Amino acid sequence: MNAISRRDFAAGLGGITLAFTFAPRVALAQQPARLPGSLDNNRLLDAWIRIDTNGNATVCTGKVELGQGILTALAQIAAEELDLPLGRVQMISGDTEKTPNEGVTAGSQSIENSGTALRLAGAQVRAILLELAAKRLGADAAALTVAEGVVAAPDGRKLSYAELAAAADLHREATAQARPKPASAHRIVGKPIARRDIPAKVTGGIAYVQDLRLPGMLHGRIVRPPGYGAKFEGFDQARIKAVRDGTLVGWIAEREMLQSRISRPLGDGAKPEGFDEARLKAILPGVVAVVRDGSFLGVIAEREEQAIKASLALAESARWMAGPPLPDEAHIYDRLLALPTEDKVVNEKQAALPEGVKFVEATYRKPYMAHAAIGPSCAVAQLSNGKMTVWTHSQGVFPLRGNLAMALKMPAENIRCIHAEGSGCYGHNAADDVALDAALLARAAAGRPVRVQWMRADEFLWEPFGPAMVMKVRAALSPAGRIADWNYELWSNTHSTRPSEPGGDNLLASWYLAEPQRPAPPRMMPQPAGGGDRNAVPLYDFPRQRIVNHLIREMPLRVSALRSLGAYANVFATESFMDELALLANADPVAFRLAHLKDARARAVIEAVAKKAGWKPGERGDGSKGRGIGFAKYKNLATYVAVIADVEIDRASGRIAVPRVYAAADAGQIVNPDGLENQIEGGIVQSTSWTLKEEVKFDPTEIRSRDWDTYPILTMPEVPLVEVELIDRPEERSLGAGEAAQGPAAAAIANAFAAATGKRLRDLPLTPARVKAVLQG
Amino acid sequence: MAINIKVNGAMHSVPAEPDTPLLYVLRNDLGLNAAKFGCGLAQCGACTVLVDGKPVRSCVTPIDTLGQSEITTLESLGTVERPHPLQAAFMTEQAAQCGYCIAGIIMSAKALLDRNPQPSEADVRQALAGNLCRCGTHNRIVRAVLRAAQTGGRI
Repeated sequence: MNAISRRDFAAGLGGITLAFTFAPRVALAQQPARLPGSLDNNRLLDAWIRIDTNGNATVCTGKVELGQGILTALAQIAAEELDLPLGRVQMISGDTEKTPNEGVTAGSQSIENSGTALRLAGAQVRAILLELAAKRLGADAAALTVAEGVVAAPDGRKLSYAELAAAADLHREATAQARPKPASAHRIVGKPIARRDIPAKVTGGIAYVQDLRLPGMLHGRIVRPPGYGAKFEGFDQARIKAVRDGTLVGWIAEREMLQSRISRPLGDGAKPEGFDEARLKAILPGVVAVVRDGSFLGVIAEREEQAIKASLALAESARWMAGPPLPDEAHIYDRLLALPTEDKVVNEKQAALPEGVKFVEATYRKPYMAHAAIGPSCAVAQLSNGKMTVWTHSQGVFPLRGNLAMALKMPAENIRCIHAEGSGCYGHNAADDVALDAALLARAAAGRPVRVQWMRADEFLWEPFGPAMVMKVRAALSPAGRIADWNYELWSNTHSTRPSEPGGDNLLASWYLAEPQRPAPPRMMPQPAGGGDRNAVPLYDFPRQRIVNHLIREMPLRVSALRSLGAYANVFATESFMDELALLANADPVAFRLAHLKDARARAVIEAVAKKAGWKPGERGDGSKGRGIGFAKYKNLATYVAVIADVEIDRASGRIAVPRVYAAADAGQIVNPDGLENQIEGGIVQSTSWTLKEEVKFDPTEIRSRDWDTYPILTMPEVPLVEVELIDRPEERSLGAGEAAQGPAAAAIANAFAAATGKRLRDLPLTPARVKAVLQG
Repeated sequence: MAINIKVNGAMHSVPAEPDTPLLYVLRNDLGLNAAKFGCGLAQCGACTVLVDGKPVRSCVTPIDTLGQSEITTLESLGTVERPHPLQAAFMTEQAAQCGYCIAGIIMSAKALLDRNPQPSEADVRQALAGNLCRCGTHNRIVRAVLRAAQTGGRI
């Protein structure tokens, strides 16, 4: 692989901007022909596929496994086109020295971009091998057949890929000219192939970056400041001695669950002692190094529990000057709406307003939500002979390398980032941040590898949350009960502060170094995919509409991409309001949607889910039970999902239960139906948790969501049964599906509550307190 | 300082302080990957192992409290080639997305099936109430445990 320059990142080849490859890119002089999917940015065939002398394939992808099953699906696509058994396709994924740069694994785009590249590259490699075989066999290439990597002539003579591999020159430009197989010829694509990663995960194999155990490996922990922007002042070293004899388990509990972090005076004027590493090491058992760079503070020890204990002792005794206060959670939406915005009309349709229309409006709100991975973020780093190697569960190893290079002041070519799976991330969490933490500690480890895992509270307190949002919608209903006008405005912070954003360094620790980096400035992500305005433009055919995105540039809490970005909130608001309008029009919610929707595939998923759930038009809830529907085509260009949810409300406690959910999904040509179903169902369950329970708690002093008690998520007994119907369209392009179900599921639950009770909840999450308030109101 | 613990049928002498949580000893001294660090607070279940047959959160269990107890981790159940019925059922049902929670869940499920070989669906959900899953794989997990029960999860 050629080194990718900073300029390439700045030009938007990396990262989330891949979302917009459907739009023509700014043409440079003598730009080569546009190639489909990720082939366009990685144009050499052997960057994608190599055939070894055993006739086996090595397939390289820049996309990474996040638990979504992508490596299995991509292997299916490559094996299909190569006519090789799946077992003879080895996948290499997310390695800055081995794989194509495909930016970030995000936005439900891996099948669309990497899958397209591998399909076309695979077809071309197969054609090259066939051409070679034709020459050697003296036969017409068109008359040859291939099965399991063996080419056969009509007369029965055979040549295997193993025999052809050495002569096949794959170090050449991809052309995208070889035709991939028609869907009717597929034998591997479209099948529910078992995931490659699951056997190790259920038997205790090495499955995660957390499981890496390199020779001589040390363990690191970070002592984060007590809040955003706090500055390190020094140590009260006597305090370390006093607390170091505690019991580790008790300590962790105290520091993680209680508010001890703020019980000490911050910047109270008393002079703290300076940083004396030798003294600290003498006090703290097993400690190899204490690293301090500005307000970045970390510790390395021989054993993991020693690193934890030392980090707790350092945290107890570190003295900080507090940063600026956080906003007050009780007034967060007012605060956000009062901040300056960058405004854009992202979509507008003009038409005359008919006589006699009736205007209605509503405001919906979505709080900050956490990615809340089950496994706190982890990385292993090693600095050896001037070269930094980082094992990371980042969603984008190339953008990460770029940000590491800035923070470490090292040339990018001296940094290698290798992907290893972590716990599911659901967007931009702390995966990238901990990679820099590990690299900063590795510089003090004399060539030994350092493994750093964040503690539970680190993960909650420092991850970039999914932004809080406000959505205001005002619509006009005609006397005939049709929507005649639709005005929709949303207010949100950016939904990407990923390392792929140009113009700064987005890794947490880089802002706290003695020579700090600046974060990249937030920017509006363009439609049709959008950021905060993702799915803000309804798919419905309204004659007149205006959609405005207000990007709030100032970020009182750290935020970034959470699975589906703004789509979750926008679909919740849009689909809730559709039901409010249907009620006003005295129309059935399903019929009302269909009456405003021409897109045949959209209609098909709505009709399919209605049939599956046994939807009865006009059926009303009984005060404690009800059902509701929600629909979206994700990003208006990916998978169509319609969801019907059944809810039961305990009016005394205010608790909403969701016993059952139905869904229908159309993702075009299905690569792996079991994987697709798992993603749709998982999305629905996760959205049920978001919608019923999740909001980040904070006060002016600190983030108060710091563990699973203060940030509860859905538990096993609360999870709805889910039935998913997949509509396969083998002749249609495969569409991204990983984030498609969240918005429709949220709306279906809210609409089911309204159907059951006649009351509308417009603020997420739908907590017992809000339920009781609206039922009493 | 060395402490003796009995893991998966073998005695091990580990050079760790008495207050060291079992989780770190399993992972770092014995090289066992299955039990995972999730919270360190006994809230999520990712670190679940069996101690004398009972599910225990290894992240909050100091090694000096274990005495002669038998500690069982996922590794002792089976292998990819010869999986335990629970492991086989999780593979058959494809009951994982990221899978970080799965080792702990299988151990909680094993404790359930050992005491109740024919649980109802509600029994399974209740037994796994303390094991968090973030990917939304819950229903597949429940199906896998019920499948294992049918195929003789008690070994």
